[in-house]
Amino acid sequence: MDLKQMYREIVNEHNLHPTHKYDLDTPTVVLRGVNPSCGDDITLQLKVEDGVITDGSYNGVGCAISQASADMMLDLVIGKETAEAERLMDIFNRMITGEVSEEELEDIDEAAALQDIAHMPARVKCAKLGWRTLGEILGQQE
Amino acid sequence: MTDLRKDFPILQDRDYIYFDNAATSMRPVAVTDAMTRFNETVNSNPMRGLYEWSIKATDAYESARAKVAKFIGAKSAEEIIFTRNATESLNLIAYSYGRAFVEEGDEIVVSVSEHHSNILPWQMVAREKGAKLVWLECAPDGSYSDEELAKIGPRTKVVAIAQVSNVLGQPKDIKKIAALAHENGAVIVADGAQAAPHMAVNVQEMDADFYVFSGHKMLGPMGIGVCYGKKKLLEKMPPFLTGGEMIEYVTRESATYAEVPHKFEAGTVNASGAVGLAAAIDYLENVGFDFITKQEEKLTALLMDEMSRIPYVTVYGDKDPSKHCGIVTFNIEGCHPHDVSSILDADKVCIRAGHHCAQPLMQYMKVNATCRASLYFYNTEDEVFRFAKSLAKVREELGYGS
Ligand SMILES: Cc1ncc(COP(=O)(O)O)c(C=O)c1O
Repeated sequence: MDLKQMYREIVNEHNLHPTHKYDLDTPTVVLRGVNPSCGDDITLQLKVEDGVITDGSYNGVGCAISQASADMMLDLVIGKETAEAERLMDIFNRMITGEVSEEELEDIDEAAALQDIAHMPARVKCAKLGWRTLGEILGQQE
Repeated sequence: MTDLRKDFPILQDRDYIYFDNAATSMRPVAVTDAMTRFNETVNSNPMRGLYEWSIKATDAYESARAKVAKFIGAKSAEEIIFTRNATESLNLIAYSYGRAFVEEGDEIVVSVSEHHSNILPWQMVAREKGAKLVWLECAPDGSYSDEELAKIGPRTKVVAIAQVSNVLGQPKDIKKIAALAHENGAVIVADGAQAAPHMAVNVQEMDADFYVFSGHKMLGPMGIGVCYGKKKLLEKMPPFLTGGEMIEYVTRESATYAEVPHKFEAGTVNASGAVGLAAAIDYLENVGFDFITKQEEKLTALLMDEMSRIPYVTVYGDKDPSKHCGIVTFNIEGCHPHDVSSILDADKVCIRAGHHCAQPLMQYMKVNATCRASLYFYNTEDEVFRFAKSLAKVREELGYGS
């Protein structure tokens, strides 16, 4: 998919009309993720109960890719066990490094549209910001 | 004027619009040919050999030094130290002059529009010596008022300031600032990285104590830069790096150093880079700064005019295109600069987006990041029109109704 198409078909929608961009009332864990060099700055808010991510949101500012990627990530992980969220995160990360199978890509649904970010080194950290922050939260939970 | 563009092989690909000249410029064949000639006819280690090739390599290197001296109006070639780039030059000055002569309680004056390369070395000196950094704040057009410049005072030891900002352009009157520094017994370190490519420079005229620039931003190769210093200062400064090539005499315990400038050029030098820089200077002088300035101003005026017609675009800095030195920094409302540059990249338009190594200025301008289109004399009006056409579509591509 070419870059403009990626924006048009996926990124813009999640950036301009995000589903999960608001503050949760009663998160159990909140973590800020920042890309200092480009100013992407999100706060990921999760409600984790008995090993399940029962709710989640994010807030913040940044480029369309960072915001859309966080929104798509929450689409995927809300309602999942933390172990499953980690599995999806691993698939996403391997997609960026180009070590992923077609079947695995299906598991991350729309987020797979960001696959071609791999060719744009400057944008990789934008796409990864939400996932990286999620990874830090999940690491703390263990 | 014949078509200069044909001198630049990379610009023959007319699909690409290269508007990132403030980051690095393109190289004409004359430069790459001069370097190839050096490599194919005299390559050997300058300074070390006692044979013909090495002598010729030394001559090539030293005549490049003399050319640079003349280019910036230095009194003598000994005042020219070759480095890797402007950043290394600024570090040389901070590590050597700064650490030796700045003391506790002294002030180092830096401007808020400096590139990180002219900030971080001074932060290091200030931290190490217990000196204070004093910031000059600019007006929105990037200029510095007399009230701000009055912060240069009796405690000031160093004034570190760029002649031209890599974000706002806006050439500064270095001569005036140098006079203020000298009245207060301070030295001025002028960063010419964005000035030397665009205008005739005369370090004696402006009375700069130090003046630095990079070869790669003025048609030369990457990896060669210049640190000019007044001889009387260079002579009293300790070496920056030590090792081969910079000594007179070495025993097990100690060493005496070579004369300037060699004292500051430890190890094998970048001779072919210096030769390339000399060829770049020849090229620029042949084209002439009058023509370069005229061309850049014409293109910048056109660019700013085109951009002013595009809704939601904010251009930063002076309203007067001639104050931009080819640099046009901007934002599009609602669009992150990285998204803007990605969309433009899809149209083969190359611009810079981000903080431009000037985060204190971004904080001062209250923006996270900006986009920057920067022109050089080889750009064309056609490119400006095509750029404007792409730019006008960015918001739509990012999902905003047109
Ligand atoms: C004003 C200014 N100073 C210093 C530098 C550093 O130049 P270099 O990266 O070649 O050392 C730059 C380059 O971006 C610059 O624009």
